Amino acid sequence: MNKSLKNITSQRLFLPIFCLALVLLINLFTRPDFFSIEIRDGVLYGFLIDIINRASELVILAVGMTLVVSASAGTDISVGAIMAVSAAVCCNILTGGERAATAYANPLILGFIAALVVGALIGCFNGFLVAKLEIQPMVATLIMFTAGRGIAQLITDGQITYVRVDSYKILGSSFPGFPVPAPFIISIIVVLLTLLLLKKTALGMYIQAVGINKKASSLTGIKSVLIIFLAYAFCGLCSGLSGLIASSRIYSADANNIGLNMELDAILAVAIGGNSLGGGKFSIAGSVIGAYTIQALTTTLYAMHVSSDQIPVYKAIVVVIIVTLQSSGFARWRKALAQKKESNTAEKGAA
Amino acid sequence: MKSRRKLNQTSFLLMVTIVLFIVMYVIGCILFSDQGFAKTQNFLNLFISNAGLIVIGIGMTVVMITGGIDISVGSFVAMGCMMLAWMMERGGIGAVPSVLIVLATGIMFGLVQGFLVAYMDIQPFIVTLAGMFFARGMTAIISKDMISITNETFMAWAKIKVYLPFGGYVNKKGVMIYPYIYPTVVIALILLVIAFIMLKYTKFGRSIYAVGGNEQSALMMGLDVRKVKLKAYVLDGFLCGIGSVLFCLNTLGGFVEQAKGFEMDAIASAVIGGTLLTGGVGNVIGTLFGVLIKATIEAFITFQGTLSSWWTRITIAALLCFFIVLQSVLAMVKKKK
Repeated sequence: MNKSLKNITSQRLFLPIFCLALVLLINLFTRPDFFSIEIRDGVLYGFLIDIINRASELVILAVGMTLVVSASAGTDISVGAIMAVSAAVCCNILTGGERAATAYANPLILGFIAALVVGALIGCFNGFLVAKLEIQPMVATLIMFTAGRGIAQLITDGQITYVRVDSYKILGSSFPGFPVPAPFIISIIVVLLTLLLLKKTALGMYIQAVGINKKASSLTGIKSVLIIFLAYAFCGLCSGLSGLIASSRIYSADANNIGLNMELDAILAVAIGGNSLGGGKFSIAGSVIGAYTIQALTTTLYAMHVSSDQIPVYKAIVVVIIVTLQSSGFARWRKALAQKKESNTAEKGAA
Repeated sequence: MKSRRKLNQTSFLLMVTIVLFIVMYVIGCILFSDQGFAKTQNFLNLFISNAGLIVIGIGMTVVMITGGIDISVGSFVAMGCMMLAWMMERGGIGAVPSVLIVLATGIMFGLVQGFLVAYMDIQPFIVTLAGMFFARGMTAIISKDMISITNETFMAWAKIKVYLPFGGYVNKKGVMIYPYIYPTVVIALILLVIAFIMLKYTKFGRSIYAVGGNEQSALMMGLDVRKVKLKAYVLDGFLCGIGSVLFCLNTLGGFVEQAKGFEMDAIASAVIGGTLLTGGVGNVIGTLFGVLIKATIEAFITFQGTLSSWWTRITIAALLCFFIVLQSVLAMVKKKK
């Protein structure tokens, strides 16, 4: 019995899942209606649906961030800013440079593609700095973090750009006649495609190898520089997509607020998912669970009528607890405690 | 010989920063000569509006030299200002105890963050990220509305002007006007000198460099690596406390959104000043010039008048890019040698 328990708890994904379950469990007692799901106007409705809907951008970001963290042992702090830029580019193209439009000036698909390309390009810029020039990831992405919102404001003239066309809202609400939220579907597609790409090709292994030891993997013939570069480009692409969804939700581009503090949540999601921020082994599933945990926490706090300004306090406390539980320092302490106990019982047995 | 070359490289980066600052300032003087950019007072204003940032930049530099980072400083400043404002206006606490409480809070904050980083082995980024969330949320819990400070003692502190005995000019009425600074600047510069001496000449200062340079060797040398890290974060927290008091003397109020992005200003200043995020290399003098460069860009934009505020961010980012690439090119050249 003890052994099987140990088997379960030593599973990689045990802690992330445990945390998510704990957050949801609290709701079971404080708000029994938390788990009810109903259909209103052909769309699913309820707190749980809200969580999986609202977490979508974060899930997509977390996927990109996981690869970046794994390959380069660093974080990309520019993802929120990239979201703002890609949203600004998309809306600006769709309105044809106006600050508000009720009809597309350019085809919808052009706006989408431009947004994704811009996201990927910024990712490439980050990747170039990190992989080729060997700059610490945080410093390298600090550049786009600082400049990104400035560029987005430059594109939108410092104003909010509205696209008041119904078809633009689909990405952030739901596909017509389909009850599941569209952001959720998109995020799941992204996760599945990424997993497929990583498992079916050797890319996943390469990324881990580069993250564990860049020099050694270079010697074995892996193009470390290229792998790191691709990870950042992919992360940029993911950010661009998240930016599109976020912009579609509010059918506008708000350079100051789209993706605000998202980089922090994305990094947290990776950390809560049990991934080491020191690079190497990674688990996409862990990060995805981490993202849902963060969103579940936020939604739970909203349901408990905590105001949005005050939520960070509780988030911080929960994060510290979760991360401390996973930390090596805590493990060391626990081990020392266990040893003490063992020697105590041994002494007693001898006596 | 080798150590001399390394010294040359770091001092070269510092030189670049200083030269760049001087060049930018001279350009400003030429471009806006008719608007009084070249006045001594305008130069001193760079310090006056950034006294808090200088102090916090010092703390950031110390933490970055150990190989860590502290992204909670912006939120802490907001919390510190809000605490001061709330205690003096709503709590009926005097100015001196309020300031002391904020300083104590800073030390506590540093202690907790330092413990989690040093003894729990959690990445500094994550720990201070949680600290950032905590402090910003706490600010909102203390008060959601803006509180302006009207406390007489505090206002009196904010209004003291220290006149310099030189650099004056005669105004239209024929009165000699001397340039002035606020005590906040004096405090910031004194702290800067203390930090410079501490880092360079004391045992603690040198062990900070040792820990940041190579943790393993520091450990083998017999340094208590964890303790050094903890101390660095406590010092950083204390400086954050002082920094937020200085910041508050400038803004005279507290509100939730205050000092947003401040942490990135501090990090950018340190990086522009030649501090490496990998640790082991850094200098508080460089950080001072990093702050001054940022201040000069802001002054440019104010004097220009028609440029939008977002140009500050884009220019700072471009400068950051320049410095970072320069650093990495230098490092690569060194490696090839």
